[in-house]
Amino acid sequence: MKITLVVNREEREAAVHGPESLLFVLRERLGLLGAKDACLQGECGSCTVLLDGEAVCSCLVMAGDAAGSEVLTVEGLGTEDELHPVQAAFVEHGAVQCGFCTPGFLISTAHLLGHNPTPTTDEIREALAGNICRCTGYGAVLRAVESLAGERRS
Amino acid sequence: MSTTTRTRVKGGIGESVTRPDGVPKVQGDFAYASDLQAEGMLWGATRRSPHPFARITAIDIAPALAIAGVFAVLTHDDVPGRPTVGQIKPDRPVLAGGEVRYWGQPIAITAAEDAETARRAAAAIVIEYELLEPLTDLVKAQEQGEVFRHVRSLRGEPDSHGEIVVEGYYEMGTQDQAALGTEAGIAFPDGEGGVDLFAPSQWIHEDHGQIVASLGLRDEQVRVHPAGVGGAFGSREDLSLQVHLCLLALYTGRPVRMVYDRQESFAGHVHRHAARMWYRHEADSQGNLIRVEAKLLLDGGAYTETSPAVIANAVYFSIGPYRCPNVVIDGYAVRTNNPPSGAMRGFGAVQTCFAYEAQMDRLAAEIGIDPLELRLRNALGPGDQLPTSGQVITEPLPTVEVINVLRALPAPDLDVIDDPLHLPGGTGLTTTREGVVRGVGYAVGLKNLAFAEAFDDYAEARVVLTPQGVEVHTAAIEVGQGMVTVLQQIARSVLGTEHVVVLFDDTSRIGSAGSTSASRQTQMAGGAVFAAASAVRRAALQRVGGDDMDAQGVRRGGSLVATVEDLCAAGPVEETVRFRHPDTEEPDENGQGNLHVDFSVAAHRAVVDVDPELGLVRVVSIDAAQEVGTVLNPQSVVGQIEGGTMQGLGLAIMEELIFDKGIVRNANFTDYLLPTFLDAPPIASIVIEEPGNWGPFGAKGFSELPAISSGPAVMAAIRAATNQPLTRMPVRPEDIALSDS
Ligand code: FES
Ligand code: FES
Repeated sequence: MKITLVVNREEREAAVHGPESLLFVLRERLGLLGAKDACLQGECGSCTVLLDGEAVCSCLVMAGDAAGSEVLTVEGLGTEDELHPVQAAFVEHGAVQCGFCTPGFLISTAHLLGHNPTPTTDEIREALAGNICRCTGYGAVLRAVESLAGERRS
Repeated sequence: MSTTTRTRVKGGIGESVTRPDGVPKVQGDFAYASDLQAEGMLWGATRRSPHPFARITAIDIAPALAIAGVFAVLTHDDVPGRPTVGQIKPDRPVLAGGEVRYWGQPIAITAAEDAETARRAAAAIVIEYELLEPLTDLVKAQEQGEVFRHVRSLRGEPDSHGEIVVEGYYEMGTQDQAALGTEAGIAFPDGEGGVDLFAPSQWIHEDHGQIVASLGLRDEQVRVHPAGVGGAFGSREDLSLQVHLCLLALYTGRPVRMVYDRQESFAGHVHRHAARMWYRHEADSQGNLIRVEAKLLLDGGAYTETSPAVIANAVYFSIGPYRCPNVVIDGYAVRTNNPPSGAMRGFGAVQTCFAYEAQMDRLAAEIGIDPLELRLRNALGPGDQLPTSGQVITEPLPTVEVINVLRALPAPDLDVIDDPLHLPGGTGLTTTREGVVRGVGYAVGLKNLAFAEAFDDYAEARVVLTPQGVEVHTAAIEVGQGMVTVLQQIARSVLGTEHVVVLFDDTSRIGSAGSTSASRQTQMAGGAVFAAASAVRRAALQRVGGDDMDAQGVRRGGSLVATVEDLCAAGPVEETVRFRHPDTEEPDENGQGNLHVDFSVAAHRAVVDVDPELGLVRVVSIDAAQEVGTVLNPQSVVGQIEGGTMQGLGLAIMEELIFDKGIVRNANFTDYLLPTFLDAPPIASIVIEEPGNWGPFGAKGFSELPAISSGPAVMAAIRAATNQPLTRMPVRPEDIALSDS
């Protein structure tokens, strides 16, 4: 079947076969390779995107169910010449090592800060608990997110 | 190597320069191996053994070939060259023929129009097996002589004895590297019988040699390209899908892509060795070690892989950073029908650290002194001999300092926080504050840097000065650790210009940089870049008789005598250097000799809360003190310490690949638990900067150390909280809750 959805503020059409996931369709049909595929079972958060404003594991969403929805992936977070503040903070604070977890973290963080601009440390830890990072041990990620929360607080 | 610091340049050494690949990575633009695709490509899939040990009596590929859209179904008969791969001893079949020796072993590969069809084809192959009894017990394997390598360290008087004796038996489970990027890649036939491969790696030249052998091609017919790596931690040292992709591409004449899913990834790479360890420590009444005896068994799994090197490391680092005159250690890497083991961060030094640090705590308790005091009394430092090999330590080795620095940290707050998020069991609300006991524990770890035992260890780099800036060429692999930044910083500092790019070349364009492992690339690839950049600098100065250079060009007495354009008028200034570290020796029959080129030491202090009834543990804080040589990039040092520490924490309390008679029962992220943000305590990283003797600007490698002593420190803290011996890592809830001691 064919579905239409708005991806990164642009209307897109995609062919979908059977039970293909939103992640698969984003990556393989729409050429948006930012969302990652580390586990394909909802455990790692590397595939996180915003679906109608909610952070979801796109590997668990059937593409057919996303028809008519608005999707935001890491590619739509900033613009080509300007990083979104969350992206800039991750680079600045060394929260990116291999970076495979990064697109998911960025979306989850943007979602968190959209709802709660000044999260406490524990609120950050809880909100990002669904995103696994094997490289950083989370310290640099926490410093990056706290720097944004701090900026907003002051 | 020279440690002179030159004119300070923006983005040079010592600064927390941000990564050059940081921006593409946050934009979702960085191409990982699993992102690579091509016009007209096919998808590959692998058929694997469901049995840990069986004879293959028949393989029928006809049903697979009958599926529309299938272009290739290949088995062991289709491997034109050497039928096996392996770094040290090529004994693992590219595709299994006569028998399968481990669960998940590849038997056949397919290529088809799309991923689903390739998978269906793989599943449609009919394979008949005659099941055999798998050997999975380490002790039995050793008794039966199934040994990849036996390493013995014999030093001093084996019959001497100390007044105080502690004995212990320790076990460690299997840890997985769990890099987030799975095995993936794409191979392109070049139309002339050769092939270009893009796949994640830790050492593309090593891969190249093995691939060429199995394809039966000439060196120049195969080009292995670096591809974006989503973490490694040792898992990419041994081949996974590389030869398979090349076979399928050459057979079909089309690009072929493969991406393992998580379950296949668990089957597709080696794991950290499970261990069984028997120790006997003897000391005088003051706690000075007199003699250590140990027997170590590491589970090498079904094929050799890097087990011979891992068992050597386990033996040489079986006592830790402590002096001891009399030593009898026997280490065996045994062959079983468990999945193959190989490299993981810490490489043999992790298993033994758990055991020797538990022994040191027992010894301290037996003598009645403070465990840190015991360690200080025995601390190994420059001028001392490594207890196992007798090698005299000539590099900085501040064992005393890492301990003292940790000890001087403010004492951890001993108040349990009454918030479910901070209690063992978390928001599962299993635990109340009243039931929780808190404990503090320490551990110290030691490991070598770079390759050992007379291995010809080198790295090549090319530095090119052009009017547009400086190019650094290397085949060293960036796996996420930040080497790309450090190489850039080194070249900047040597050449006095900010305009440096690091370019990762394929195997046909530059010589080997050696492996991105053994904590070696800062010193090795970094040493090569330092040397090549220094050669460019000398050549540039010589061309125009200058005495200094910067981004503008060459200067004499402070004034510019030639711009970079002038300098390069006759062509770029280019130098290629093959850098070697000081020589090491082969061990004699007693494991003695100058086997290692360098060492590093680290220590951790962990504070834990334990719910003893349910056996749940929460790590409250964990602090690290570590020697690192000259710091080239402070942010990246902290990143490595924090990341490595968390892998050790995972190993202590949650990470274990469960084998059931050779079958992996939890090859997924639902059942193989990794530390999440909520498991991550605050980490203080205290860095002790002592310039080393041979790395660029005095830098040393250090990235494995954080993963060595962190787990043992957590174990020590749990023992302190519960008063139980806890001789198995990872500790399981039942080990705590059902212990009868
Ligand atoms: S890939 Fe979707 S949660 Fe891991
Ligand atoms: S940076 Fe590698 S997994 Fe997070």
